[in-house]
Amino acid sequence: MNNIQLIFPEIFISLSIMFLLILGVFKKDSSKIIHNISLLVLLITAVITFNETLSINPTTLFNESIIIDYLSSFMKIITLLAAFVVLLISSNYLRTFKIFKIEYPILILSSVLGMMIMISSNDLIVFYMGLELQSLALYVLATFNRDQLKSSEAGLKYFVLSALSSGLLLYGCSLIYGFTGSTNFNVISTQFNTNEYAITFGIVFILVGLAFKISAVPFHMWAPDVYEGSPTSVTLFFTMVPKIAALTVFIRFLYVPFLNLIDQWQMILVFLSIASMLFGAIAAIGQKNLKRLIAYSSISHIGYALAGLATGSNEGIQSSVIYMTIYIIMNLGFFSCLLMMKRNNIYYEQIDDLSGLSKNHPLLSISLLIILFSLAGIPPLAGFFAKFYIFKSVIEQSMYFLAIVGLLSTVVAAFYYLRIIKIMYFDEEKDSYDKDHNLWLKLSLTVSTIIILMYFIFPSELIDVVSKINII
Amino acid sequence: MNFPILSSLILLPSIGALFLFFTKSKSENKITAKYVALFTSLVNFFLSIYLWFLFDQTTSAFQFVEERIWIKGLINYKVGVDGISILFIILTTFITPLCIISVNNSVTKRLNEFLIAILVMETFMIGVFCSLDLVVFYLFFEAGLIPMFLIIGIWGGARRVYSAFKFFLFTLLGSVLMLVAIISIYWITGTTDVVQLYELGIDTKYQNLLWLAFFSSFAVKTPMWPVHTWLPDAHVEAPTAGSVLLAAILLKMAGYGFIRFSLGLFPSASEVFTPLIYTLSVIAIIFTSLIALMQEDMKKLIAYSSVAHMGFVTLGIFTIQQQGIEGSIIQMISHGLVSAALFLCVGVVYDRMHSRLIATYGGIVTVIPKYAILFMVFTLAALGLPGTSGFVGEFLILMAAFKDNFLVAVLASLGVIIGAAYMLWLYKRVIFGKLINSELKKMIDLNKSEAFTLTCLAIPTLYFGFYPEPLINTIEVSIRDLIDTYNFSVASKQ
Repeated sequence: MNNIQLIFPEIFISLSIMFLLILGVFKKDSSKIIHNISLLVLLITAVITFNETLSINPTTLFNESIIIDYLSSFMKIITLLAAFVVLLISSNYLRTFKIFKIEYPILILSSVLGMMIMISSNDLIVFYMGLELQSLALYVLATFNRDQLKSSEAGLKYFVLSALSSGLLLYGCSLIYGFTGSTNFNVISTQFNTNEYAITFGIVFILVGLAFKISAVPFHMWAPDVYEGSPTSVTLFFTMVPKIAALTVFIRFLYVPFLNLIDQWQMILVFLSIASMLFGAIAAIGQKNLKRLIAYSSISHIGYALAGLATGSNEGIQSSVIYMTIYIIMNLGFFSCLLMMKRNNIYYEQIDDLSGLSKNHPLLSISLLIILFSLAGIPPLAGFFAKFYIFKSVIEQSMYFLAIVGLLSTVVAAFYYLRIIKIMYFDEEKDSYDKDHNLWLKLSLTVSTIIILMYFIFPSELIDVVSKINII
Repeated sequence: MNFPILSSLILLPSIGALFLFFTKSKSENKITAKYVALFTSLVNFFLSIYLWFLFDQTTSAFQFVEERIWIKGLINYKVGVDGISILFIILTTFITPLCIISVNNSVTKRLNEFLIAILVMETFMIGVFCSLDLVVFYLFFEAGLIPMFLIIGIWGGARRVYSAFKFFLFTLLGSVLMLVAIISIYWITGTTDVVQLYELGIDTKYQNLLWLAFFSSFAVKTPMWPVHTWLPDAHVEAPTAGSVLLAAILLKMAGYGFIRFSLGLFPSASEVFTPLIYTLSVIAIIFTSLIALMQEDMKKLIAYSSVAHMGFVTLGIFTIQQQGIEGSIIQMISHGLVSAALFLCVGVVYDRMHSRLIATYGGIVTVIPKYAILFMVFTLAALGLPGTSGFVGEFLILMAAFKDNFLVAVLASLGVIIGAAYMLWLYKRVIFGKLINSELKKMIDLNKSEAFTLTCLAIPTLYFGFYPEPLINTIEVSIRDLIDTYNFSVASKQ
């Protein structure tokens, strides 16, 4: 137990959650202060993670069930910062719906804690524990606007389907445990017999469960409904943060114990990736609701991230991580715009509500324009580089089919992004939206837009950071 | 390191655009905005003329090369010019200010944003012609879609949305395959630096597929038959300045790409696919000329004639002969000037009558004589009358084609005749005849800025028609070197 300080971030978050719960119970009208403290907690945790664990060699704790390495620290920092921004920009939205309650930040903190455990897990049981902790918090978050039918429906749907996938996942875990005699990733890698088909079954079940969590096709059915029904700020959280954690587990689960079985799981990943990219792109075309649209768009983006993972190389992992990082920045920008579409205390979320936005809100619409072109992957914006790195690593492994399908689906996807731009710029204007936005909202939009726009000037920086991730 | 002249050329318009972005677009500021944009683009023009002045015509090596680490260990930002690219840069910087001057009449709303789009577009276009790295090239090549999409979509005509989408998606679809090819080249050779790739060469067994991937992108952009269908739509719906940029410069990116990349990087594949290019070019020349003959819309007619002219260009490039490629480049420059002028001419009458239909007009020679004269010059240049720049290009191309393949050349010459037919018939129907439509009597002749822009375009058209020497001198050495390398690598493979 010499290295106990390495899990200080997790301990700190747990203690803060307990403290905040008590504070919430004993102090009346404490939602604002709890909100602010939670922000602080997330920031402090990120700083601790950055300082204490980012530069150390891979270290395992608790009988090798938790691993702290560069990948885990990097992903944790991203998770914490993303959650921080979500919390920062959602306060106005919550106030409008009168759901600015103490539970909201606490639930976010608990799900972040669950994700941090997932990210660090080196053991099936620890991983499952983290997964359930984050999922339970997320179910509640989805129903957070409980007076609205859609929100309750979203939460219930999410709960039922997610429980099903957790069951599958658990079954996979038990198969693997049964045929290797251990739940530890490192032990599993030395124990299994490559000719044993049961192991493959176990992998498949676990992959299904994980694919569900990141809403990869064909396990995506819940995503559009849940994204649409949940409060927008929670949707923002859903589209980014749980995916970081699940993707990290993907990486660790596939690359640590089962790298030798790459022939078995590579096909599955390629299929998931192609299906997600294509389906996400095609299904988004008919959408009218922006949140549903972004749900399909996130499905297709996850497809690209999986394409990087399917390569079975370090470059592939790194490109996936870069992709997720850039995707999160784009998503933050997009949702900041969505949260600005407010008029007389009503939030608008249909695509048609953007009609003629460029006349009344030139700055907002130019930011959204940049973000959308970036999501479509048009150079010189950041989204292009994200795709470029992915396809670079995919082509390196001579997976030309995957690369070509992926690139063709960007063309399909470009269509619906263009449609939003068309509505913003080419159509007749409607009434203008409120202009007195929260400062943080403006700031997050501005910063994300500038990063996306200016990324091409300093593309090496992110690569430098990510290139230290070394799993294989 | 000397003064980074090429990077300045690339960056200057963007800086101007940034400046415009921060000036408020109030109505009284419209003039200021225009002067800012005009000033920026003129500075760029003089800078590019200075570049031509400094340019050493006796060497085929890349000059004014700048290289910086961009993505560490992967891609360097590298720009430079040789005889092939420098003329296109000058064409770009020459056409852009004219576009800005002509903006007055065709763009009535959101002038500020329009000027920003044009300046950003200029950045990307110059970037395409300068870049000496495949990824940098791709970046500029694709980025140009954004401003052009907006130009067509926001300031375009009635069916602008359809046209803007068609333009964007067609071009993007062609280009993504090029991206696959570029990344593959990186993994095959370990670099995307064009100069190094020229030296290293690419293994013959990969060349065919790579060539096809590049071809898919350039063919859409050129545009070659049968993927030319976006062009008439885009041209018809785009505002005048947009059509001018599209016809004068955007189409040339592909022609330039064919010379620089298809011939330069994949010689043996080019040899294999020359029959394909010949066939498509001849079909483009004859087929689209015939279509042009039947058009009732002036802009559409000129758009189809662009496809036919670009057919000559691709034909010339793949003759792989000194005259052929020289002719292609001159044809591209000439087409840049002439088609820009023709679109401006259509814009002039459109601004007055709000109709692009040929049937609306007739007999306007008595009403607006100055216009009739200038329109005449460009009509003749478009059909390739000796003494205009159009003749030089077509003549050289056909000469090279006759050496290489008699049948193709004969068929292409047929296109010249049809070309003369549709241009003259257009001129006859619009300018001559009886003045039936009484509305036309109210038309006012060219105002100062229109006369100025058209004259600006007429002068080089005629000058290079009589004396193409400056152009040929600039490109000659680079092309000779390109052909030598090409022949050498094709011969060594056999």
